[in-house]
Amino acid sequence: MEQRLFGLTGTSILWAALAFWVVAWAVNQRLAGVRASNAGTKVVINLAIPVLFGVTLLVLWEGVTRGLNVPQVVMPPPSMVWDRITGSVDILWADFQQTFLKAVIVGYIIGCSIGFLVAILIDRSPFWKAGIMPVGNLMSALPIIGIAPIMVMWFGFDWPSKAAVVVVMTFFPMLVNTIAGLNAAGHMERDLMHTYASSYPQTLIKLRLPAAMPFIFNALKINSTLALIGAIVAEFFGTPIVGMGFRISTAVGSLNIDLVWAEIFVAALAGSLTYGAIALVERSVTFWHPSNRRTR
Amino acid sequence: MIARSILPVLTVLGIILAFWYVGTVGMNWRVEAERFERMGLEKTTTEMLAATMAMDRPILPAPHQVWAEIQSSVFERSPTSRRSLVFHAWVTLSSTLVGFLMGTLLGILLAVGIVHSKVLDKSLLPWIIASQTIPILAIAPMIIIVFSTLGVTGLIPKAFISIYLAFFPVAIGMVKGLRSPEAMHLDLMHTYNASESQTFWKLRLPSSLPYLFASMKIAVAISLVGAIVGELPTGATAGLGARLLSGSYYGQTTQIWSALFMAAFMSALLVYAIGWLGGFVNKRMGARDEARA
Repeated sequence: MEQRLFGLTGTSILWAALAFWVVAWAVNQRLAGVRASNAGTKVVINLAIPVLFGVTLLVLWEGVTRGLNVPQVVMPPPSMVWDRITGSVDILWADFQQTFLKAVIVGYIIGCSIGFLVAILIDRSPFWKAGIMPVGNLMSALPIIGIAPIMVMWFGFDWPSKAAVVVVMTFFPMLVNTIAGLNAAGHMERDLMHTYASSYPQTLIKLRLPAAMPFIFNALKINSTLALIGAIVAEFFGTPIVGMGFRISTAVGSLNIDLVWAEIFVAALAGSLTYGAIALVERSVTFWHPSNRRTR
Repeated sequence: MIARSILPVLTVLGIILAFWYVGTVGMNWRVEAERFERMGLEKTTTEMLAATMAMDRPILPAPHQVWAEIQSSVFERSPTSRRSLVFHAWVTLSSTLVGFLMGTLLGILLAVGIVHSKVLDKSLLPWIIASQTIPILAIAPMIIIVFSTLGVTGLIPKAFISIYLAFFPVAIGMVKGLRSPEAMHLDLMHTYNASESQTFWKLRLPSSLPYLFASMKIAVAISLVGAIVGELPTGATAGLGARLLSGSYYGQTTQIWSALFMAAFMSALLVYAIGWLGGFVNKRMGARDEARA
């Protein structure tokens, strides 16, 4: 079948896309070289360059898939994926509810809070710290996702088993980072608190927890991606007939690759929005940290 | 330092083991009790305890059962047999290593490009970060299918997933590392009239190595995860991921646990090996202590 786009046909689509690439590259080259005088233009330029790059990627993708008649099974063009997204909002929303709003959110909150609480508990004892830190460090490097089949066996097919996987996956990064963060307050500051005769809870709440915040937010960010991946992959091991992982594996089976890309789009969007939200909160909580201070 | 942490670590491991045994008895008790009731047998508590730890398909196998399974599937079968855990571990390890090495190479190349080209820095770096919002593990089935419609099966699709996962920490770490030389040092190179490539080979690259090894540790661990997840949709033929999947199909929990432990062992070994290599290289290059990864 011959492809048509804006009146162009066949390989001329490809050439148009390639031409767009060259032009966009040249524009970006120019933009990167501009020395902006005021802050406003600088922000616009720094936004425009990656956006233009992204648009170029999309145009290239569309051009290559249509121009070379790439089978839709291999790689559907982005316009088709977009049609699928707008066409099956109800399915996507149901999957999103099942996987993200239930499994990911519940597991993420439980896992992060347990990790945080355990860290606070063992922080007072050097013995437990010395024992748990190496184990925790090792566990954060292990392929924890492998426990998914066991959790499915224990907690059934529905979302609690996925949440359980997320709990275990998010627990160790939180534990390790919080403990590292609680040690981040300097000796001078601690000595100062000591001279004020402040109690352990006072030192914890007024000095050490605020000092630990950059580490805790680091764990929250790492965990936000881990949680989404954990919940989706756990669905490969058994699930009710709804959920992003379920949809991806069945859509692949029936070669509905555009639906897979639609789910990916939803997952990527949810992932980046969560990450962005956490980063925003971080900026307001750890406003004192050097990486957030504005250089004048 | 190490001697001081041995006792605490052993205590923690001992507690985990104790909890495991308690969990084994607790989770398997009901199933076994019902089985004996159906058979009309009266069992004493001691016999029940023994029975919960010797089930064929336990809900939670006891540690010694897992160990026995690992022992029999690692040492007592020839490594080329399909029932040997070594065979499956090797399948996973080979695609992990291919993916890890190619991912590291790609990450380094991207980082070199980003450090030396302003356009790449501004346009590519945000998209490298955005690329990781695509949960690649979640679309592993699609990648495997797409490759197989193109006629590529076996190691390459799995390695591709590992590459996608591994290049990211390396690229980010290397950009940081290549930019880590202080302005003073760069100025010194400038006064020597060093060319861009001389600065790169003699200053930027050596000072980036600690960062490189730190990122490689992360990269090798997630390469392994990528390889395991990549094996799930292949229809459970070979590899540790396939062992996990077939174990969950047939309720062979001991098989799942032994595959998990094998994966954990491999991951720890790989991370340790990279750490050792990094320490060795840094020492040979006379890196300062605080710069070491």
